[in-house]
Amino acid sequence: MSQFIQQVINGLSLGSIYALIALGYTMVYGVLKLINFAHSEVFMVGAYSGFYAATFLGIDALDQSGQSFPLYLALVVLIVAMLVSATLGMTIERLAYRPLRNAPRLTPLITAIGMSLLLQNLGMLIFTPNPRRYPPILREVRFDFGGVIVTNIKLTIFAVAMALMVGLWFLVNRTWTGRAMRAVSMNLDAARLMGIDPDRTIGKTFAIGSALAAAGGILFGLDQITINPTMGTLTGLKAFVAAVLGGIGNIPGAALGGLLIGLSEQLVAGYISPDYRDAITFLILIVILILRPEGILGVVRQEKV
Amino acid sequence: MTLLALSAVEKVFGGLRAIGGVSLAVEPGQIFGLIGPNGAGKTTIFNVVTGVYRPDGGRVTFDGEDISGWLPAKVAARGIARTFQNIRLFRSMTVEQNVMVAGFRIHKAGLLSAIVRNRRYHDDEREFSRRAAELLDIFKLRELAGEPAASLPYGSQRRLEIARALMLSPKLLLLDEPAAGMNSQEARALVEQIRFLRDELGLTVVLVEHNMSVVMSVCEQIHVVDHGETIAEGPPEQIREHPKVLAAYLGEESEAQAVKDYEAVSRPSHERPEEPDA
Amino acid sequence: MTRWLVRVAVSTAVVAGIYGIGAGVEATMIEYVQRIVLIAGINVILAVGLGLINGTTGQFSIGHAGFMAIGAYTAAFTGVQLAPALSGLAGAGALSEAVTFNLALLAGAVMAGVAGLLVGIPSLRLKGDYLAIVTLGFGEIIRLLFNNTQALGAATGYFGNDPSGLPPYTSFFWVYLWVVVIVLVIRNITFSQTGRSLTAIREDEIAAEAMATPTTRLKVTAFSISAATAGIAGGLFAHMQSGIRPEDFKFEKSIDMIVMIIIGGLGSITGAIIGGIFLAVTLELMRDLQEWRLILYALLLVVIMIVRPQGLLGTRELSLAMFARKKAPSKP
Repeated sequence: MSQFIQQVINGLSLGSIYALIALGYTMVYGVLKLINFAHSEVFMVGAYSGFYAATFLGIDALDQSGQSFPLYLALVVLIVAMLVSATLGMTIERLAYRPLRNAPRLTPLITAIGMSLLLQNLGMLIFTPNPRRYPPILREVRFDFGGVIVTNIKLTIFAVAMALMVGLWFLVNRTWTGRAMRAVSMNLDAARLMGIDPDRTIGKTFAIGSALAAAGGILFGLDQITINPTMGTLTGLKAFVAAVLGGIGNIPGAALGGLLIGLSEQLVAGYISPDYRDAITFLILIVILILRPEGILGVVRQEKV
Repeated sequence: MTLLALSAVEKVFGGLRAIGGVSLAVEPGQIFGLIGPNGAGKTTIFNVVTGVYRPDGGRVTFDGEDISGWLPAKVAARGIARTFQNIRLFRSMTVEQNVMVAGFRIHKAGLLSAIVRNRRYHDDEREFSRRAAELLDIFKLRELAGEPAASLPYGSQRRLEIARALMLSPKLLLLDEPAAGMNSQEARALVEQIRFLRDELGLTVVLVEHNMSVVMSVCEQIHVVDHGETIAEGPPEQIREHPKVLAAYLGEESEAQAVKDYEAVSRPSHERPEEPDA
Repeated sequence: MTRWLVRVAVSTAVVAGIYGIGAGVEATMIEYVQRIVLIAGINVILAVGLGLINGTTGQFSIGHAGFMAIGAYTAAFTGVQLAPALSGLAGAGALSEAVTFNLALLAGAVMAGVAGLLVGIPSLRLKGDYLAIVTLGFGEIIRLLFNNTQALGAATGYFGNDPSGLPPYTSFFWVYLWVVVIVLVIRNITFSQTGRSLTAIREDEIAAEAMATPTTRLKVTAFSISAATAGIAGGLFAHMQSGIRPEDFKFEKSIDMIVMIIIGGLGSITGAIIGGIFLAVTLELMRDLQEWRLILYALLLVVIMIVRPQGLLGTRELSLAMFARKKAPSKP
């Protein structure tokens, strides 16, 4: 039993990282009907931005002298990473996707794959392909609840992710920006006629989704200890699976899907075999797409004849 | 024997009854008109007959066989061909190829014949090419055989859709607003062509059309639907005078003519939900 | 009758021609260049096969590396198992090698084709990017399965039973013989009633159905044929080196194939041929650029999509002598 609880706790923590990344996929899909493959690299850049920000703020010296990193500086690191990724996300949209607004659906898809490759290889060049140890923005403290180990890192990951998702919920449902985003995702042309600037709204959607991915990147670094330029590929794909599972284009669906994928992964790793962890995730993707392509919370759309 | 019969056919789109219990019978060799205001459910009826939508109630019988809920390809192979309101040609393919696509059902040369290019393959290609040329001749499209379908003017695209449908050698042809976007000269030619299909090729034709001069001059029997329900059926001269039909087209109230006319201007019947018939 | 005689004569001439050129290539070119020539041929097979489903039929697969992997592993394994049995039977070295190799390739094609069938039947109901994602998922699953199969070397890869690795069957002659066969097969399918119907599915699936086209059956058939050709390419690829690893068939390999058909023009066979050769040569030429190579490659992809998304030829065909001899009766 305690092993099961342990896996569930680890799964929820991992899942909340997937959820943060999945939100970006789902929001962009909502407004552009595009699978933004480059999102996984935005996540990676977010993690590296956090790495460099923390290093610049002197985390190594503090660590060597045995002091912990102050909370306000951790917040600065988070905000810097979110800003960098938001800028990157908007730039990608501006340069690579906006010129293709009216192209056939598959053209931007291939472009997105190209952007992903481009950023990943630029990452190899700039950050070097070697894995890096993530700076201890948070020092690990373990709590033992009768055999179930909970660390402050897992708790923080879950809490930060939840806080950001609640913030996003308010943004989407309680602000004009959110209303514009929802309008554009329902019908871009109608939204334009109602005086919404779709380009600006799409830009903001990329910015918000990318910022969340950056937060996911830092949390990932805290959780997994090391980062490298290809870290986005697999994690991004899984987050995408989470978005599809919840219902692509559906924001609560992405959060739910993320948590479910995190849970299933930990349970498969714990009870079946860690070797099949990734294969099972893709199997879930395929089964969902074949049986219920609209996902758990999505709605069916029928083509007009 | 009745060729196409709908009995109490229903179709519901998430709470909205697009058609609620329509029954009609098309006799062999008839030119049958299906009319009604926008959103009345005419195209939905076509879509149910051709298998694009599965009916939520009732039965569709064709040539003595219950075809309710069949898949579109099976319905087409059984002998019902159609055109589309919003023209669905294979745009990048040539005019000739558009017609030849519909030969799949009767092609004899399988994939292996095609790969080794044996005689059977060449026979098929020659035969299809010849039949396509014949059909294109009927619709005065022969000279355009090598042009991409998308490059044709609107009226020609509508005629190409009919030619393509005929390649299936159907018994029944469903035409969804064939005169839409045609000028009056083209529409008159269309009337002649529809008569030709019935008289020379022995086809039965069901026509959804808003152009009343086309409907009244070519149809022998007219079925009127509004809000997904039958409001009248009869020959053209009867339908022209039918009070319910006038009401449906001009407005709901039927008090004084003046009120009617006023309403026809101020509250046209277009304001009904456009789904699933638009 | 005479038509068949002509065909036999032409085929013999083509086979002899390939053999002659192959001997010439092997005599004059250094090994490094020969390798590029072989890779170019394998690329052409991959691109032309993928073009049938992605270009002609418009059903986007971005996981074809998985089918290539199945072909590669099957051909490698079968080749290794068959060799001792057949060498006893046929006696002479070259002949038994040729039989072993081609049986192995065919086994790879069949396995990949069957896998394509199994993947295609449930997933080809999906459209556009949903289908793309399912194929991506399948590609990854196949790779992960090989990664975990101990009998096939798991993550270290499969090198056969011999310490020197897999037998190096792949030669200029076999690669280009298969190139000719597969290009002809795909071209003959494309320019036939089936090909017209596949193009019709790409253009408007609903209208195709209304024309009595069995769309699902045709899509699955095209997908399976496309997978089988990737399997052949995989087999040729496997016997070109001492061993194959799961990581040879990563998502990036599927992207390579897509880049090939996009550069040449989706829906064009000659375009796919040009794209396949182009990619083999450019990636080799850029090898000196090291880490800049993949950056330039990705940049090229993005720029092409923005500036000329229809590729070099669009859906048109380049009129090579092969096509000019008899004007294609029905070019979609």
